[in-house]
Amino acid sequence: MGKQPNKKGATMAQSKEMAVREKKEVAAKEEKTIPGRYFVPPADIYETDEALAVVLEMPGVEKKDIEVSLENDVLTVDGRIDFSKYRDVEPVYAEYNVGHYARSFSLSDRIDRDKISANIEDGVLTLTLPKAKAAQPKRISIG
Amino acid sequence: MSLIFSDPFDALSTFQDALDAFRTSGWLDAGPSGAGAYPPMNVFRKGDDFIVITEIPGVKKSDLEVQVKGRTLRLAGAKSVGYPEKAAVHRRERLAGRFDRAVAMPVEIDPDGVKAEYRDGILALYLPRAESDKPRSIKVG
Repeated sequence: MGKQPNKKGATMAQSKEMAVREKKEVAAKEEKTIPGRYFVPPADIYETDEALAVVLEMPGVEKKDIEVSLENDVLTVDGRIDFSKYRDVEPVYAEYNVGHYARSFSLSDRIDRDKISANIEDGVLTLTLPKAKAAQPKRISIG
Repeated sequence: MSLIFSDPFDALSTFQDALDAFRTSGWLDAGPSGAGAYPPMNVFRKGDDFIVITEIPGVKKSDLEVQVKGRTLRLAGAKSVGYPEKAAVHRRERLAGRFDRAVAMPVEIDPDGVKAEYRDGILALYLPRAESDKPRSIKVG
């Protein structure tokens, strides 16, 4: 569906009318310590020669309320929303629900975890995970 | 009904349940516009005024257009999702495209008093009810 890749890289067709997609709730394997529903942020993942990039949409989450961890090749992202802004207002109509965000991915590449960087803009979190320089082939001895 | 957050640990679930309850309110269906178009909106009331909140992550402020006339609110814009050159895409879930949505509020809005705030991918519009539209009490003589 996308346009032909140009010099700047590929961009999805912008002329297309946008459709509404329901937010997906997290079907948790484990319970969260904080009550309330969590949602799955839509994600784009792409890879270049040097790094893996994970892009997540988490509207309403501020920089300070994001937690990213990498443990046993599992990348976990947790984003909290501040819903205190909704104090003193009375809902009359709703088309979506609000909640915190959580999602995790299993990574197959070796990541240089000290060089992971994160950037959030307009509710979109971009994680850049540089690949480890020497992902040495491992010798397996048969004993 | 006002939301009272008495227990901070329960507040989010209470709020989420309240929003769920208004998913079926049909509040916008009375107008010519109806529901279901992008971006999804939540509407709140604060006294005489309305607050419309919508989630549009990835849309740049400069690509956003808000218009208010009479009772109608129009929200238009575009969102693009790009990748660097030579990137191998593993997953593509984010949507991109144009949007243009108009909704009718149940009251006349004072266009000069409208405030728009865009932060962290969330657009909040404060729509004050027009003075001329507010009910007046009539003295029975």
